Amino acid sequence: MLKGGVIMDVTTPEEARIAEAAGACSVMALERIPADIRAQGGVARMTAPEVIQGIKEAVSVPVMAKVRIGHFVEAQILQAIEIDFVDESEVLTPADEAHHIDKHAFDVPFVCGATDLGEALRRIAEGASMVRTKGEAGTGNVVEAVRHMRAIRSGIGRLSALSPEELFAEAKELRAPVDLVREVARTGRLPVVNFSAGGVATPADAALMMQLGADGVFVGSGIFKSEDPEARARAVVDAVAHFEDPEALARASSGLKEAMPGIEVGELRERGELLQTRGW
Amino acid sequence: MSAPRIGVLALHGGVAEHGEALAAVGAEPVEVRGARALPRLDGLVLPGGESTTVRLLAGREGLVSGLGELIAEGLPTLATCAGLIALADRIEGGEEPLVGGLAVTVSRNAYGRQLASFEAPLAVPSLGPPPVEGVFIRAPRIVAWDERRVEVLAFHGEDPVLVRQGDILAAAFHPELTDDRRVHRLFVDDLVGARGTAAAIHDPLAEGASRVRT
Repeated sequence: MLKGGVIMDVTTPEEARIAEAAGACSVMALERIPADIRAQGGVARMTAPEVIQGIKEAVSVPVMAKVRIGHFVEAQILQAIEIDFVDESEVLTPADEAHHIDKHAFDVPFVCGATDLGEALRRIAEGASMVRTKGEAGTGNVVEAVRHMRAIRSGIGRLSALSPEELFAEAKELRAPVDLVREVARTGRLPVVNFSAGGVATPADAALMMQLGADGVFVGSGIFKSEDPEARARAVVDAVAHFEDPEALARASSGLKEAMPGIEVGELRERGELLQTRGW
Repeated sequence: MSAPRIGVLALHGGVAEHGEALAAVGAEPVEVRGARALPRLDGLVLPGGESTTVRLLAGREGLVSGLGELIAEGLPTLATCAGLIALADRIEGGEEPLVGGLAVTVSRNAYGRQLASFEAPLAVPSLGPPPVEGVFIRAPRIVAWDERRVEVLAFHGEDPVLVRQGDILAAAFHPELTDDRRVHRLFVDDLVGARGTAAAIHDPLAEGASRVRT
């Protein structure tokens, strides 16, 4: 049960212990955090199993790890080592340019990124049991996560106003199964939890995503690329627990050292370096 | 009679789902995030979530002693999954109990990792047929219990998974994640209902407590 929690990217058992002690409800085991993947370039792949095992042994909270989009064998390997969740992630270099993993073929639950409602529903149709906004990982800039969360929410709001025959047309537009579209129209929510990810760097960013309707928050580079990971990790957890209480948010935001340096997303777009455009 | 006010510990976990289930059985859910909101409640729900996270956050808010006192005084309490761990008097592996008050020993994540999460029909004689669908997510296992004080309402295999001890009702599974409201109804009707409501005396929108979003 991860709802209302913070999931943190970690690369070592020591970082995993810091995250758990700060109150993270889960950790994402990585070889490199997104900011470093972005800086170093090259092909980014699944983390080596022994690195993940080391992190699993260090903490009692569930451990997630990423596979490349479409790389079902990496997912088989993670399932074999009993990972708790697989993130089919645009942060790694895609392995298939047309197909995501058939997640129904796995027992292990999957989380997938989405930029709008159609993408979220396609991932759910493939068997994802959790979605997250893609945002723009490794930037420390929350603007894309906000854009994606608002797109998903307004897409859901739009469905509730449509007639049954309009839902058929909308399903075609969304490129999503009509049954799933009908269900979302009826319930007014996704059938799985929707977390926020990609650019959260401060307690205020995390609370912003919660107030915009996220069920919880992933923080990637924002913790361990800051000057004070322990204090910042705890502050982000406090901000998510008290996301509607401005006084508590003020306390959580006080006394922190420098956040990670941010990247202007417009420049990445011009250079064609956006990660969020991976996946379909 | 006005609806009983049930506080839902809202630091982490399945808060909105418990709120919906409580509203569906005629109670008024109230989010509890700090000690300020603790008075004036007719009942309390300790939801699931990661028990390590719940422990840390409740500790930071100074909630642990307040919760313990209220529960010891007989505030009806429904605890699910990590909530059950919080109330257990003993935790295997030497971890300190958090709130305590329930005479059981639990083993955390005893069923295994996320992959070993499962759903199972549970026969609950006191709720009648059909079985309750038990959703177990990295669930705690009750490995020992005081048979004089703890009444077992349902087993899964040989493990108690729904227990009652006086004013405490505790489940190793997540009754809030299905549409079956019988566990919440039992809690509100039998445990909370037995006490009369504080809402009859107090302002139903007391400061420090906000309505659960549904």
